[in-house]
Amino acid sequence: MTATAAAASKGRSNGLLSLFTLGAMPSKAVRGGLQVASLLVPLLLWTAIASLGLVDEKFLPSPQAVFRSLASMAESGILFQDIVASTGRVFGGFLLATLLAVPIGICMGVYPAICAICEPLIAMLRYMPAAAFIPLLIIYLGIGEEPKIALIFLGTIYFNILMVMDAVKFVPKELIETTLTLGGRSRQVLVQVVARYSLPSIIDTLRINIATSWNLVVVAELVAAEVGLGKRIQLAQRFFRTDQIFAELIVLGLIGFAIDMGFRLLLRLSCKWAV
Amino acid sequence: MELIVNNLSKRFGEKLILDHLSFSMKSGDFMALVGSSGSGKSTILRLIAGLDQPSSGSITVDGTPVSGPGPDRGMVFQKYSLYPWLNAAENVAFGMRLQRMKAAEIKERTAYFLEVVGLSDAATKLPRELSGGMQQRVAIARALATNPSILLLDEPFGALDLQIRESMQDFLLKLWQRTGLTVLLITHDVEEALVLAQRVHVLAPNPGRIIRSLDVDLDKTDLDQLRLSSDFLSMRRSLSATMRELEPALS
Repeated sequence: MTATAAAASKGRSNGLLSLFTLGAMPSKAVRGGLQVASLLVPLLLWTAIASLGLVDEKFLPSPQAVFRSLASMAESGILFQDIVASTGRVFGGFLLATLLAVPIGICMGVYPAICAICEPLIAMLRYMPAAAFIPLLIIYLGIGEEPKIALIFLGTIYFNILMVMDAVKFVPKELIETTLTLGGRSRQVLVQVVARYSLPSIIDTLRINIATSWNLVVVAELVAAEVGLGKRIQLAQRFFRTDQIFAELIVLGLIGFAIDMGFRLLLRLSCKWAV
Repeated sequence: MELIVNNLSKRFGEKLILDHLSFSMKSGDFMALVGSSGSGKSTILRLIAGLDQPSSGSITVDGTPVSGPGPDRGMVFQKYSLYPWLNAAENVAFGMRLQRMKAAEIKERTAYFLEVVGLSDAATKLPRELSGGMQQRVAIARALATNPSILLLDEPFGALDLQIRESMQDFLLKLWQRTGLTVLLITHDVEEALVLAQRVHVLAPNPGRIIRSLDVDLDKTDLDQLRLSSDFLSMRRSLSATMRELEPALS
């Protein structure tokens, strides 16, 4: 009997506690049930609190009110406009940060000299909170789209660089040297071996770091914007429309979740060998 | 082809790794360097491959000094030898792609070398779907596909189970007998060296140097029989004794 099988059979006899046996793997049905409950239980709790009137609905609107507000924003086209504005900024800034970070990170991971010249600077820059750059960005770039994209860029590029660099350090030396003995030139090694081998970790890095841009876009829109999910939240606050705030928060969460799933799907499609 | 290693020394910082090593090989030779850890045996191979530079002495292939890695000296490492995202055929083709051979030629040679190592059926399998022995055969096929004048093997079967290792030794010997390759094998396994090579050099550690050289003139038509023959066993005993004397902890 294997260790897992042993743990599972031991688990069965202990009922609910078995879920907390180290190494135990609950069945697919049980896991699916738990995952559904993860979202359903808070929703039910929320509905119960709202319908029992435990909290003033000005502070905690009912799920129905939030849904109605979501529907009306969708109908008027505001929601779509906000989503396009916010995701556009996120993708713009993050794409720029990625295009720059991947080659820099790869070179830092491969060439110790480049690492030595870049790492101290980046290590310091990344501890300067991106939001603290907002005033400067407004002075430099005005209040259009540029400072928002620049903020997202600044907030993600350093982490992208350092995490790509770390991923590259896991490329086995033997694989690089094999390529050299097969007649590979530096550029071929970097692109066809180092980048390719690190691709799964790079995609995962991007998946984790795009969450930061999603945070920053809201911050940027709070400061100066006409449209955007963050801007809408601020406007809703002025009119005490907590239902709208809740609706926007849920939309933010759902889009973030969709982006995360998108990266997971990309990983599965492009790196079958690693998943 | 003629490989000449002349008075080769290598230091890493203060530490002398290789001390005035000399030997030479001709086309079709199968030579083994046997040594324990610390004998610098992998360093020798890396220097010949051009992955490191010698501190003094010279390495020449057909009179030309080795200045860096190149496809004329194919190399197979003990582990991480395959590109995990490419299937067996694509791994074999990779070196030829790097050198921009014509697509038709790459296809033909890939099929041929997969056949040579007996893996035509596994062409579309990813490395993780292949056993350790099969992976090393793919790595050998990939090194051969770029038409090297010498094959450098760095403990290629060191990570394999004993039984698989013996069948891989049979495979490599047959491959050499059939194709007339030139092979330089690094190993810590005296038996492996004797089974495969025509000539065996024993390396002493700290610093690495050749202390004994031996020609292996044995009948290698049946390896199972060879491994049990008295000539083989006495050579093996003698080499093992030499190796043991080099271990300060044991002597």
